Formats: sequence, C-alpha cells, structure tokens
Amino acid sequence: MSRIETVFAELKAKGEKAFIPFITVGDPSLEWTERLVRDMEQAGADIIELGIPYSDPLADGPVIQEAALRSLANGTTMEDAFSLVARLRQAGVKLPLILFTYVNPVMQWGIERFFETAKQNGADGVIIPDLPHEESLEAKQAAARYGIDLVPLVAPTSQQRIAQIVKEASGFVYCVSSLGVTGVRNELSEGLSAFVTDVRSAATVPVAVGFGVSTPEQAAVIREFADGVIVGSAIIRRIQPLADAIAKCEQAEIDKAYQAVIDFVASLKEPLRG
Amino acid sequence: MYPDNKGRFGKFGGKFVPETLMNALDQLEQDYYKYRQDPNFQRELQELLTEYAGRSTPLYFAKHLTEKLGGAKIYLKREDLNHTGAHKINNTLGQGLLAKYTGKKKVIAETGAGQHGVASATIAALLGLECTVFMGEEDIKRQELNVFRMKLLGASVVPAVSGTRTLKDATNEAIRHWVEHVEDTFYIIGSVVGPHPYPMMVRDFQRIIGDETRQQYLEKEGRLPDEIVACVGGGSNAMGIFYPFIEDASVKLTGVEAAGEGVDTERHAASITKGRPGVIHGALTMLLQDQYGQVLPAHSISAGLDYPGVGPEHAHLADSNRAQYVSVTDQEALQALQELAYVEGIIPALESAHAVAHVLKIAPALPKDYGIVICLSGRGDKDMQSVMGYLGVEK
Repeated sequence: MSRIETVFAELKAKGEKAFIPFITVGDPSLEWTERLVRDMEQAGADIIELGIPYSDPLADGPVIQEAALRSLANGTTMEDAFSLVARLRQAGVKLPLILFTYVNPVMQWGIERFFETAKQNGADGVIIPDLPHEESLEAKQAAARYGIDLVPLVAPTSQQRIAQIVKEASGFVYCVSSLGVTGVRNELSEGLSAFVTDVRSAATVPVAVGFGVSTPEQAAVIREFADGVIVGSAIIRRIQPLADAIAKCEQAEIDKAYQAVIDFVASLKEPLRG
Repeated sequence: MYPDNKGRFGKFGGKFVPETLMNALDQLEQDYYKYRQDPNFQRELQELLTEYAGRSTPLYFAKHLTEKLGGAKIYLKREDLNHTGAHKINNTLGQGLLAKYTGKKKVIAETGAGQHGVASATIAALLGLECTVFMGEEDIKRQELNVFRMKLLGASVVPAVSGTRTLKDATNEAIRHWVEHVEDTFYIIGSVVGPHPYPMMVRDFQRIIGDETRQQYLEKEGRLPDEIVACVGGGSNAMGIFYPFIEDASVKLTGVEAAGEGVDTERHAASITKGRPGVIHGALTMLLQDQYGQVLPAHSISAGLDYPGVGPEHAHLADSNRAQYVSVTDQEALQALQELAYVEGIIPALESAHAVAHVLKIAPALPKDYGIVICLSGRGDKDMQSVMGYLGVEK
C-alpha cells in the first residue's frame, strides 16, 4: 500500500475523511509555499497537492491560472518544485505530497526522468489533468517503476470510461465534481452523490472530490459519500491578500493574511473529522 | 493513411485534454464518421459550398507576376473569392452542418485574425445556431472591422485577457468554455489543430481546395503542378491544398511559416523551423517553448499566423520530409502584399502574402515550364488598417 493509500486507511479507521488542499508552488514565493505546507499540515491537511506553474493550464480556472502566472513571473521552474519537496522532507513534513502539473512540462523534463526525480525528492503522487487514460501508458509504467501514485481523474461525462479508468488507478481516484475548470462554485452539482457513489463502487482505491469545492458546508456534504475533499481555488483566493501584503511589506497585514489562510484550511478539515 | 486510430500522424497528434472532454471527442469522432458517409449530409454540404460559399474558386494564371519574375509559371488558387473572404468558410460549413445534424444549438469558436470568427458567425446565422467567438484582446484591437462583422452577424465576441491575449489564449478560453458546456455546445475549431478528430476533420473539410486545384491544373496544363506553396499558422489552408497531392512524389509541397522579425530573434511564429515536439491545445506537435515546456509567445504581422503550435499532420509531413517548411519575415510579407496588389490587382491577406513572398524569392531562378500554385487563402480587406499602420499612411 502506498503512503497515500495508507493515509486514507488510517483516516478511515478513525472515522475521518481526508482533506487535500492545493496550492501553487512559488505563489507568492517558494519560501512562503514551504511555510504554508508546514503550517497546513499542522492545521489538519492530510495530503497536499503542489501545483507546478504552467503557462497554458487548460484544466484550471482564472484563480489558479493567475497564481501560476504570478509564480512564473517570479521565475519558478521545475527544479524549484522538486527542491521544494526535498526541503519539506528535510524539515520533517510527513504527509503525502502530490505534484499537479501538465503533460507538456512532464514531457520536456522526460516522462521517465520526471517520475524518477519526483521519487528521489520525496513526492508520493502525480496528477496530470490533460493526460487521459488513452495517452497515459508510458507515464503509468514509469510511475509504477518508481513507486509513485499517478492519480487519475474521472468526470461526470466519463460514463462508460469510468470502469477502465479506475481499474488501473493507484493512490486515489480524483472525481471532478462538476463540468468546467477549477474554481469556486456556490453549489455542488445535482447528482454528485450518485456519480461519486458509482465511481466508488467501481474503484479499489479511495475516491476524493474536487473542482468547485470551496466551503466547510460543502465539505460536510461530500464527506457523506466520498473519502476525501480537495480544495484549491478557494485557498488560493485567500493567498492573494497575502501576496499583496508581502508586496507592501506590511508585517501586521502579512501576519493577518497568513493566519486567514491557515484558519480557512483548519475550517475545511473540521467537518471531515470523526 | 493518417491518422491512425489513436489520432496519430506518425508520432504527432493524439488527444491530450481534460477527462471532461474525452467522451465528447469520442462522440464527435463517431458522429463525423457517420455523417461523412451520409448522402444527405454530403449533398447539403456540397450545395452550401456551391450556392452559398461560391465554390469552385478559380485557379488563376498570374500572367503579369509570371512575366515580371521571368521564371516559374505562377498560378493562384483564389480562396480569397469565397464568401466571407477566406478558405475558413469551407470548414465552418462542414462543422456547422455537423453541429446541426447532431442536434447542437450552440457553437463556439476561437479566432486570431477574425476570419474563422466571421466564418463561424456567418454559418451560425445561416443555420440558426447561437454563436460565441473567443478572441484575444490584442487581436480585437488589431481586427476591429472583423469584430464588428461578427457582432453584426449576431455572434457574441468574448475577449481573452490571459497570457499574450492572442490566438493561443483565445483557444485556451474556448477549450475551457467547452469543458463547462460540453453537453450542449459544439466547438468549431478553425484549423488543423487540437485533439483528434479535429486535425483530420478540418483537413477533410479543406481538402476541397486541393481537389479542385488538381482538376483545374490538369485541365489547364495537362499535368500536375511542380510545386504548391501555402502559408502555415495552424495550417488549414496548406493542409487542404497539400492533402490530395501527398501521394504524388513529383509535386513539391512547401509550407511558409511566419518569421516575424526574423527566426533568429525571439519574435517569430516559426513552430516547425524553430520549435520542438510538445503538447498544445490537446495535440502533440511542433511547439515554440522554453526548456521547461512553458509555451513561448509567437509573433507575426499577421494575427492569423502568430500561433506557437502547428497542425500535427504538418509536423509529421516535416518529420517525414514529405513537405518542406520555410519562413518569411513581416517585412517580406508586407512587400509581397504590395507587389501582388500592384502587378495583379489582387490584395491578399497578410497570411497569404507570406506564401506569395516565398514565391517572389524562388520563382526567378526556376525554369519557365516549372508550375507553381500559391494558395491565396484569403483577401486583405481585414488587414487594411494594420497595413496602413505599418506603411505609415496618414488616415
């Protein structure tokens, strides 16, 4: 069992569900990303997704795209993402870390080399949202070789594809909660529970729900039918004021904005506890 | 023949998109294969191409240009004479009809120079479809007239404000919109780019350019041309005119990319000449990118050519040496536009002027019995404002 699957199993034994925050590496800076991961772990995050910034993020909405563009403007590279993971491990961060990136940066790094480097630096999983099942053979083989979970996505439109996708899943299955790109939505889509239940009955690994989840209330609903909840844009929206405060060098404002991010993370975990 | 059943042209092509779109692409592929063989669909498409778009377009012998250059015999395939002013109408009629046959009421499109946007808005009006066009904010400024035309035709024009604010970003926006509205919306892609089956389908709808050229050239010259020259951004007019000649080894196929301010500067759009294999907008193809795979901004005087990728089948034709790809600068394209206007009384689109510019370079040294066909993909009306700017003409 991989470290990611172990975390889900431990939570299940305690009657808890997994909380999986997403942040973008290098937004507002690499130092802040490192600090955020460490404090989010303390605040109750069970697994963390680290987004490697990309110029053309097709699966992301404007909030995450802008975070990626800010990070790229700071000069963040693939090396930076890997060395961040290594530093987090040296600093004693234990929770599973998942790299979220797009297929082109992975290809340019080299698919085999990407999974090898991810493993060497201490990552546990990889999500590539524009690498569908049909194109994923080489990545799956490399992931298996280095003991990395390549987490697949299933969407409400996946229909007859679900069985095949989940059959080969490792780590967990990422259920896209609604059509569309990442981003905050006011309401969960109708039929989400039925869709996730279908996926869950087909899968041998846990099932987590993301895309559009933004409040503790939504997390409370999702806990009833899924094994975990993923939140990205709603957290990144709260990192924006932090970036602004850092740019202005206002210490009191920085502290306040930072605490708001950590408090928000804690509030999202709360309804997922036993 | 390409593509294979995974949508690959050699090593290029494929489907690299969010899972949300996979089912829609599979469905589109099935629908396309079904209607491609449906006599009613084909009859209706043929009728629209003839009666509405104005096909067939002439293959015009450019006598004055030929005489002036004193070398190869130059013909122009007059796609500029199509309704809406470019070859784009061939493909939008095909995809629009497919949208109608599959019961979709809404269509979306992306556009750079606006030609595909205008063609999409046009067929949407004709077929009673609701149309939304995504266009980079920068291109909206460069192509004011086409934006107005789209609106007059009843389309909504949505500015893409991310990244370089050009065609690349308009395409990102269109794909994202499609991800969200995939259940009731047909995405009319404007070139031989994107995930399978688009590069194949757009090529098939554009091959009429090459089929006509072949027949017309045979009628006029009793043989096949020696060379075909076409501009390449995404590459749909080039793919359309090349395709029926791929098996004819004697016909040289030349694609002309935009060298912008020069291929040795950072401001060009020469994806095949200067790019590396990479994924953009759902396909593996030649791409302008940095060492980490971040997509680099492309530049061209022509809003229709400044795209950092290219159709995957072109990447394959280059890789297999079946076609050659050269490049022409902004300045050379501008001069070619003026030359063709002056000598033949035809003002080409800035895109097509790139193909003309290459022929101006090579024709004088070629023998008089060497026959070249230039695909004149569109007319220059839309570019007059930019051209005035570049030439420093006072309004």
